[in-house]
Amino acid sequence: MSMKHLHEYRDAEIAKKLINAIHSLKPRPMRFMEVCGTHTMSIFRHGIPALLPPWIELLSGPGCPVCVTALKDIDTFVSLSREKDVISATFGDLMRVPGSESSLGAQKAEGRDVRVVYSVFDALVTARENPDRAVVFNAVGFETTAPTIASALLTAEEEGISNFSIHSAHKMTPPALAALLDSPLVNIDGFLLPGHVSVITGTDGYRAVFDRYRVPSVIAGFEPVDILRAIYMLALQNLSGEPKLENAYERAVSPRGNPKAREIMTRIFAPADAMWRGIGTIPASGMVLKQEYDRFDACKRYGIRVEETPEPSGCACGDILMGIKKPVQCPMFGKGCTPVHPAGPCMVSGEGACAAYYRYMGDGESKKL
Amino acid sequence: MTSDTKVLLDHGSGGKIAHSMISEMIVPLFDNPFLSKQDDGALIDFKGTRIAFSTDSYVVDPIFFPGGNIGDLAVNGTVNDLAMCGAHPLYISSALILEEGFPMDDLEKILETMSCAAKRAGVFIVTGDTKVVPRGKADKIFINTSGIGMVPRGVKLSGSNALPGDKIILSGTMADHGIAVLTAREGLGISLDIMSDSVPLNKMVKSLLGTLPRDSVHVLRDPTRGGIGTTLNEIASQSGVTIRIKENDIPMRDSVKSTCELLGFDPLYIANEGKMVAVVAPEAAHEALAIIRREEYGKDAAIIGEVAERVGAEPSAFSRPGYVVMETIIGGSRIVDMLTGEQLPRIC
Repeated sequence: MSMKHLHEYRDAEIAKKLINAIHSLKPRPMRFMEVCGTHTMSIFRHGIPALLPPWIELLSGPGCPVCVTALKDIDTFVSLSREKDVISATFGDLMRVPGSESSLGAQKAEGRDVRVVYSVFDALVTARENPDRAVVFNAVGFETTAPTIASALLTAEEEGISNFSIHSAHKMTPPALAALLDSPLVNIDGFLLPGHVSVITGTDGYRAVFDRYRVPSVIAGFEPVDILRAIYMLALQNLSGEPKLENAYERAVSPRGNPKAREIMTRIFAPADAMWRGIGTIPASGMVLKQEYDRFDACKRYGIRVEETPEPSGCACGDILMGIKKPVQCPMFGKGCTPVHPAGPCMVSGEGACAAYYRYMGDGESKKL
Repeated sequence: MTSDTKVLLDHGSGGKIAHSMISEMIVPLFDNPFLSKQDDGALIDFKGTRIAFSTDSYVVDPIFFPGGNIGDLAVNGTVNDLAMCGAHPLYISSALILEEGFPMDDLEKILETMSCAAKRAGVFIVTGDTKVVPRGKADKIFINTSGIGMVPRGVKLSGSNALPGDKIILSGTMADHGIAVLTAREGLGISLDIMSDSVPLNKMVKSLLGTLPRDSVHVLRDPTRGGIGTTLNEIASQSGVTIRIKENDIPMRDSVKSTCELLGFDPLYIANEGKMVAVVAPEAAHEALAIIRREEYGKDAAIIGEVAERVGAEPSAFSRPGYVVMETIIGGSRIVDMLTGEQLPRIC
């Protein structure tokens, strides 16, 4: 990766110009939602909220894959890790997420073989190297990771690696946007659309949702200059009264996206109703293995069926993921729920809105060591 | 919920979870005035002579990594902990826990490195112990080192001594060790020439304390596990002050920066093994920086921030005592919290 490339999008001078341009606009209350967890973290990491005029409010949406993973799916990962001879391969973020009675981290401490991987292909290598064990990959994410997972399954099939399976809790972004806009409680003046997801879906991936709801939408990259530019474009759209679907991440996102990645993804996965933690079931928003690939389905392989469990009471993750509440408005924030003892997924995940608030904005309480 | 009935990897991270175990379980049980200061080593007054005493165990994986191995890490680590108390490190111990089947050649290589590291730091390894456990009951080799050093008269350093107006100096680039170890691990597929920064810092400390006017250095810390972010939080909390740093002023290698970007690590929480954070009175800061920069291991040193002046009765989140606040590259502000749990297990 070239650092020069990064410097350009972190240039303090360009950032200052954009901030001034935003401040010089005609003030009008606007609420923009960043849909992606990586945006949330970047916004807080660079201290962007404090640089915006008070009339622009940023809300964090349901774009942190760990945050929206249903309790039931976490319980499934935990159950699978308890199976004999199973190596549970997982993204590090999932380790501390509390299920209804345990977490993957706690299972590891109990002696289960839970391993952190950086990519599904690492998990595939583990399977290749441990032919007498079975590797189960805990698949969470959006359109960004799904093609990689699909391609790993195709590789497993090609190489005849039979000790590899997944539990898919994968989700798709556009149905979630539609679900948010359908809710009478949600009030959003613009979306900062996720950069990484859009590399796959292209601008066209959001066309149907945009045409139906006509909410200003801008695809944004993850550097501070990218984000400020997208915020500026959303504000302009609002002031002109002319909603548009725009792309402010031209260096990575094309109108058509990556058709090849989508083809691999749809070869393996089929849409299905999916449970989003805190939000509920969203029709056709999940990705499950197609029937012809169900030999890779870990739950079928081990006969695992996990019951739905209610969310911890008092946790406002659902309202936070939908932009109805801010983390500090949750009664548990910083009290019953901290990064050390997270009650809900928005606090535990590195990309969660509550974790971002707590880490970068202060916990609202004096700090004790 | 899920935590705290069993030990988790998080409990060894040097972050918040580790801190709560130390302060809620360990310190109350061992309760005494030396331990409760919670500095890098204990200071013991021995009939008018002040002695610093420190211990550390090393479980790094892999045991050999670019820029060092578990052996020099173990020697430098304890030497540095003593140096951060302002002590001249003198004698250290070495206790080895070996796994049955560990290659003798590797052991010899590690011991040779330890011997070189001790010579370089000017300390003697004066006592030791060797235990072997059956295969699978430990991973290759674990090393514990303990050490003592003499604290010169007049030297008073503690994490609780930071004062408003003080400058914060970092003695070199951030996050080298943690990223070197990480990239040395199998399967990551990254090969960048990132070396661990594992070195002894006692000479640098000696020059600093020996040259500057008495009492101008208030705190010294080596930001190992938990990184700069956690170390600054410890100082802010122990001293009851707000620390402000500038992202642009923190020295960092480009290769380390890009690796962090790529893997999503915050370099503020990545371990260093040859770096020092010095909190120095403002009038002495520039001389302190010059002294550190003249040292072999301090060429990239920089002033990265300061201790904020106290504000009125109603401080905002960005000026509350115990907090570390960073001015970001684009001029925003954000809090640098203490690391919660494990970012990279077994980096030292």
